[in-house]
Amino acid sequence: MSRPPKSDTIIKVRGLRNAFGDAVVHDGLDLDVRRGEILGVVGGSGTGKSVLMRSIIGLQTPVEGQIEVFGETTIGRDETEAMDVRKRWGILFQGGALFSTLTVAENVQVPLKEFYPQLDQQLLDEIAGYKVVMSGLPADASPKYPAELSGGMKKRAGLARALALDPELLFLDEPTAGLDPIGAAAFDDLTASLQKTLGLTVFLITHDLDTLYAICDRVAVLADKKVIAVGTIPELLALDHPWIQEYFNGPRGRAAVASTTRHAAREDQV
Amino acid sequence: MNEPATFERIDSGGGAALCFSGDLSLARIGDLPKRLEAVQGPVSRIDLHQIERIDTVGAWLVHRFARDHGAEIVGLQPDEAHLLEQVAAAECPVEKPRPQAGLIPRVLGEVGEAVVTAGKTLYGLLGFLGATLIAFWNVATHPSRFRFNATVHRFEIVGVTALGIIGLMSFLIGIVIAQQGAVQLRQFGAEIYTINLVGRITLRELGVLMTAIMVAGRSGSAFAAQIGTMKLTEEVDAMRTIGVSPLEALVLPRTIAVVLMMPLLAFYSSLIGIIGGGLLCWIALDIPPITFIMKIREVVPMTDLWICLIKAPVFGIIIALAGCFQGMQVEGDAEQVGHRTTTAVVQAIFLVIVLDAFFAVFFSGIGWK
Repeated sequence: MSRPPKSDTIIKVRGLRNAFGDAVVHDGLDLDVRRGEILGVVGGSGTGKSVLMRSIIGLQTPVEGQIEVFGETTIGRDETEAMDVRKRWGILFQGGALFSTLTVAENVQVPLKEFYPQLDQQLLDEIAGYKVVMSGLPADASPKYPAELSGGMKKRAGLARALALDPELLFLDEPTAGLDPIGAAAFDDLTASLQKTLGLTVFLITHDLDTLYAICDRVAVLADKKVIAVGTIPELLALDHPWIQEYFNGPRGRAAVASTTRHAAREDQV
Repeated sequence: MNEPATFERIDSGGGAALCFSGDLSLARIGDLPKRLEAVQGPVSRIDLHQIERIDTVGAWLVHRFARDHGAEIVGLQPDEAHLLEQVAAAECPVEKPRPQAGLIPRVLGEVGEAVVTAGKTLYGLLGFLGATLIAFWNVATHPSRFRFNATVHRFEIVGVTALGIIGLMSFLIGIVIAQQGAVQLRQFGAEIYTINLVGRITLRELGVLMTAIMVAGRSGSAFAAQIGTMKLTEEVDAMRTIGVSPLEALVLPRTIAVVLMMPLLAFYSSLIGIIGGGLLCWIALDIPPITFIMKIREVVPMTDLWICLIKAPVFGIIIALAGCFQGMQVEGDAEQVGHRTTTAVVQAIFLVIVLDAFFAVFFSGIGWK
């Protein structure tokens, strides 16, 4: 599991333009995501973070622009080629987007059955079992239906499904929104540890400053219909952009820094 | 591309060892699980020195094999060992689904459940009717709480926009009745009675019945789906907490709209049906429109119109209540919305037809023949 050099670009977005009628969401947006990093994507509400993710995964056809994932153009190619790329990524939607008529275990098995029909049911059940537990759910959650789960459990179940194919690339859309702080911190730890053990690249949309400080290698800031800056948090703080300053230096931003420092100090003592 | 995963068995002094190589990941495992199952005899060591890559599925297969054979795993990089540990720690027993009961107990059980559900639904529907009437009374005593705009908006959706489809349907049904009637009555040389047939059956039965079915399909289903979706998105709960009664805000405007629109639509439907029948009489039986109209006035008693206008609002209540009631029953997931919508339409049409039979007996009984 040797990690290829950092410069390896997994997602490459160039000159992306998205518009809904007259409302332009993105205009000339560029973004690179490197292999093995956790890239946090931040931006005010309505700056098109989710639209950017949907464009990259092919759910939203942009008006203009180039998008490459794993070095292959994603726009306008045929279904069979698209399938090969879909095997290599996993996506966690905001609300979990679990199939409501299937149990958690069956949800996890859907992508496995779709792409690898040769696996026998016994192995599928076992894989679903450990994926569910690895995603931080109790083992008895497997036979439950999504309607029986709490919001946080749905997210974890969604993550279990996103991880079903052992993807190289993971898209997370606000994974910690709506979780309690303990649950959110556990989710961050989980993401970081999965990223480390599986060598994942993570495209993480979040509003959660704690998440940004705790696990993101780099942060991309969406504003003015573009990615106005990408870099580590200290690099971003060095920039003189009002929104970035406001975002990271507001009361919540400072609290997040303080808690991260405390956390680090405690770990040093141990 | 990496090599597919494979393994080799090496028997040496200290027991057999399995030596894996290649890419031990989901995409490249191929028939590895089956081949691993086929390994016989004791294996004391699993050597992973030569693997190129391992993911959780590969780690799981190795872990499962090691667990079942009591083998020791060697030759992992620290990262890979960590992955294996995590997978092993996440192991959980697979629950076997309970075996299904035999055919007869299952059928009996389902029949029993269906009966219980039917009873509960009827009870619930009656309760819902009561709650709606109470809401109606509250609004009637506090007219300022009446949602005039919402109700009028429903008038348009339930009534005006249904005119086209109901008109077309009634016209065709009028033609079909006249045509079939003419063919049968001609055998007795009684074609002229086609006019009686068309006039009376459309006004007394078919106009209102077909309208009820159409409204149940168009509006009853829409009510169930709308309210059901609002339940899912917690809009109904939000209303309650603000102090807005969902019965007053959602159910009452819809019910009033359907109850008021049904008689109008039913009368309109009967009229168009008679026009369709008249057109066929003119073309096929050479009965000119003026004769047709004179004859209709002669043979269709006023009571037929009253029957139409009495039945229509009652059917309207049933359709609106079934739709809104089923919508309010939605809980949990999106599939429920579809299921409840179907139930609402089936229930509404079923109850309308049952009630229609009662009405037929009743009106004959009181001498409105």
